[in-house]
Amino acid sequence: MTVPPSLTLEGHAKIGALPVFGPLRLSLAAGRITCLLGPSGVGKTTLLRLIAGVDEVTEFTGTITASDGLPLPGRMALMAQGDMLMPWLDVLGNVTLGARLRGMPRDLDRAREMLARVGLADHADKRPHALSGGQKQRVALARTLMEDRPIVLLDEPFSALDARTRAQMQDLTATHLAGRTVLMVTHDPAEAARMGHAIHILTETGLEDVTPPAAPVPRAVDDPETLAAQGRLLTRLRAPA
Amino acid sequence: MSRLVTIATSTALALVLWQALVTLAALPPFILPGPARVAETLWASRALIAHHATITAAEVLIGLALGSILGGLSAIGLASSHVARRLIRPMMVFSQAIPVFALAPILTLWLGYGLWSKVAMALLIIYFPVTSAFFDALMRTPPHWLDLARVMGANRARLMWHIRVPAALPGFASGLRLAAVYAPIGAIIGEWVGASKGLGYLMLLANGRAKIDLMFAALIVLAVLTLLLHAGVDRGCRRWLDGKAVG
Repeated sequence: MTVPPSLTLEGHAKIGALPVFGPLRLSLAAGRITCLLGPSGVGKTTLLRLIAGVDEVTEFTGTITASDGLPLPGRMALMAQGDMLMPWLDVLGNVTLGARLRGMPRDLDRAREMLARVGLADHADKRPHALSGGQKQRVALARTLMEDRPIVLLDEPFSALDARTRAQMQDLTATHLAGRTVLMVTHDPAEAARMGHAIHILTETGLEDVTPPAAPVPRAVDDPETLAAQGRLLTRLRAPA
Repeated sequence: MSRLVTIATSTALALVLWQALVTLAALPPFILPGPARVAETLWASRALIAHHATITAAEVLIGLALGSILGGLSAIGLASSHVARRLIRPMMVFSQAIPVFALAPILTLWLGYGLWSKVAMALLIIYFPVTSAFFDALMRTPPHWLDLARVMGANRARLMWHIRVPAALPGFASGLRLAAVYAPIGAIIGEWVGASKGLGYLMLLANGRAKIDLMFAALIVLAVLTLLLHAGVDRGCRRWLDGKAVG
């Protein structure tokens, strides 16, 4: 992996005459996890999809730039809501999907290594339907690691998991994505408090910075400061804009 | 087992009702023969019926195979290209407004009285359902999968081949299931318009000579063939197409 750049999005977006988000500036520090927290429907996912370069509906006016000045396509990996595994491919096929889609040879040894890293070495030949929700999510993480991109975009990846599995996935993800520039979109204050080196709240009125807890990421679920931060975030989310 | 019992019971019930209608209404055999008489004819003319059934089966199978391939390729073509969708889809819909029945005489004129005019009829009648079902499924790929594939750097061809087509195979399968039922109708229409072989020809011939028992025997064989074909296609779809997407 190359040295991850920092990323800046500056501008506003609308769909037709309908504003999605107003003028704002979002910076993702190099090699850090930035959590973007907000209620549903304020344009968090749109913002992420704009950075990913897959939004064809929203009109974005502004700039999305990397600190090294190089273009973004080909340097990002995406982990979206749910596991997004292809049901017709086995686990190994899903982990190597990127190579298949680029018409490149598949590095199966490395894929097995990634699966071992997320603790799924014995499941390489299974189809997704034979896995539990947490296991599927770990396959998705292995696939993201396999892509080995300096920038990783996470769009509420763990929202469908139960509390225990979600906490495990947060640990695993924070550990394995350490050193990459990560944008994590979430509606869960607990997740933002545990995962974010930086935390921003996106509301109808704009972007708001929140000071994250001091402990290193991933923070313990029962760390008092993290719990206090979680409480503050929830209070802020519930406050009228 | 319980399914077999259900099928056997409902078949027996249908036969009893049929025989009761014939007996109670005192219908002469040249209007409606009873099941016993039809079974007798079916057995006595088994060689004749089998000969014609083979011809019809060949027409249906070739038509089904060609129509599925053509329909599948058309759907992929339409789904790949915006221009193709704009230009060709209205044509396809318009072609559906023409009753296939009305084309049968022209096809016989163009392709002759032999096998190929019937194959063409079977093909024509299944082409639209297959294309339409597969095309709709190709246009409904879950958007998250498309996002993922784009971020991974897939070009349009690979996106189609590795994501959209496999995701749409269950849609293709439902088109094929319809096709298995429609294809025999196409072949029979073709045989009615002009043929010297096939179950459709045999039914028309038997009807014209007031051999209603033979007509019914041929009809029953046709229905059984259609059911077998549908069951076979359904099995194939479950084995190779449905499973691809649902696991």
